[in-house]
Amino acid sequence: MHMCRIARVVEETSIHKTIFFDIEMKAEPGQFVMIWIPGVDEVPMSLSYIEGGTGITVEKVGEATEAIHGMREGDMLGVRGPYGKGFRMAGSKALFVAGGTGIAPLLPLIKRYRGEKHVVLGARTKEYLLFVEELKNISSLSITTDDGSIGFKGFATEMAEKIMEKEDFDIVYTCGPEIMMKKMLDLCMERGIEMQASLERYMKCGIGICDSCSINGYRVCKDGPVFDSNLLATMDEFGRWKRNEAGRRIEV
Amino acid sequence: MLRVEIAGIKMKNPLMLASGILDLTKESMERFVDAGAVVTKSVGREERKGYKNPVVYEMEYGILNAIGLANPGVEEYVRELEEVGVENVIGSVFGGNAEEFGYVARKISPYVKAIEMNMSCPHAKRVGAEYPEDEIPDAVKEVKKAGKPVFVKIGMENILNRAERAIEGGADAVVAINTVKAMAIDIETGHPILGNRVGGYSGKGIKPIGIRCVYEISSNYEIPVIGVGGITRAEDVIEYMMAGARAVQIGAGVYYRDVSIFSEIAKELEEWLEKHGYTSIKDVIGIAIKK
Repeated sequence: MHMCRIARVVEETSIHKTIFFDIEMKAEPGQFVMIWIPGVDEVPMSLSYIEGGTGITVEKVGEATEAIHGMREGDMLGVRGPYGKGFRMAGSKALFVAGGTGIAPLLPLIKRYRGEKHVVLGARTKEYLLFVEELKNISSLSITTDDGSIGFKGFATEMAEKIMEKEDFDIVYTCGPEIMMKKMLDLCMERGIEMQASLERYMKCGIGICDSCSINGYRVCKDGPVFDSNLLATMDEFGRWKRNEAGRRIEV
Repeated sequence: MLRVEIAGIKMKNPLMLASGILDLTKESMERFVDAGAVVTKSVGREERKGYKNPVVYEMEYGILNAIGLANPGVEEYVRELEEVGVENVIGSVFGGNAEEFGYVARKISPYVKAIEMNMSCPHAKRVGAEYPEDEIPDAVKEVKKAGKPVFVKIGMENILNRAERAIEGGADAVVAINTVKAMAIDIETGHPILGNRVGGYSGKGIKPIGIRCVYEISSNYEIPVIGVGGITRAEDVIEYMMAGARAVQIGAGVYYRDVSIFSEIAKELEEWLEKHGYTSIKDVIGIAIKK
């Protein structure tokens, strides 16, 4: 673990902040770090910035993320990692489908991807959309909101399906709510398009030994968090089951 | 060449997966087809969420952890134990008293070849290393009633006394050692790192402690000993067996070399034995005691 000083805080939306650290990290898009908030908790966070600064984008959802939101430039956080297997570059025309904060691990991938890029960015409402200006500059961007406050009114998967009906893609990259990613998997399998998805599970050790984050025997922290569609299609827990802190199976 | 037997349980090699490592789910356990046995996660009567993160901290010579016996409770957990595709499954159980131990043992017994009693978790209130020494025999007797061989896992502190109490209760083997009670503090902020502040230290750094404990137990008692602590290579297995261990367990080694450590060490063991003129690994057991 490295104790890192917060170099900069960017308020992205009313519920999202990006925290930049005073370190350079050799990492791949899709990899994550374990963030220790001393005396509070430790949580896994995907890297949203890798080049030109190391950063995480944090949605306020609970005690740990609220504590992170309360931190300022100069404060210290513990960082373990980077961990896990990130996204693999594939093809020359990609569709990126993000739901909510799921855009965070996709952002450095979109920046690095060489080829044609179409991004579907979905959020509950206009004010929760992340990285819109950055994405506009580097991709063809379609926005969806659940409430229709901007862009297409509906789910990101509906927009993705429309786009996939008109255009062919070599690869689909996705991150967001698991139900959304499951729907994307179905759409991709029907069309024979490869997909890579970044999964989330309750995580403890982060280093592949405690079994807390396993899905059908694959460790999200070590074998993932990014999994390929061929493997995802064999996982009957994907989109259905996850585990709580005690290891009890609960619905996704 | 690598075959061993403990309390009537035949194993293709002496390498067992230690409790607490990738053994919460059936499909994870099934990644250890190359192990002689897989020990389950320690389970208790009720669901336990364990301690707050951080629960694991990687250090230069080992791993510090305080998971806190997180488990879904034995009734839920046995669903993971239906026809696990590995050679042998050993059920690890914990409890705060003989009755609780007995209850969990009876529930898990139909699914396992033997029961390992966790009486040594160094950071759990009452149920681990703090389990009163004089109550160990009664707990072992209660667990024996479940009808399976009983292994008792003990830690480095008062190890001979605790081994003797386990033997008194009728244990079929002792497992030594558990993690070593330890702590780490971040000096930038002054905060203890683990959510529970105190945890257990495992990995490379504790091997000499484990060797000493196995040697002392094997020198003083006839009971079979299963050695555990800091094994990452075939040479470590040989050393534990020379100290008297009949089999060994690997836990943190999975962190150092991942899941393939079992097949790799099995192969390395065969090579080592051949090179040193042994035809069976059983021939190295206890060599150091006779010197």
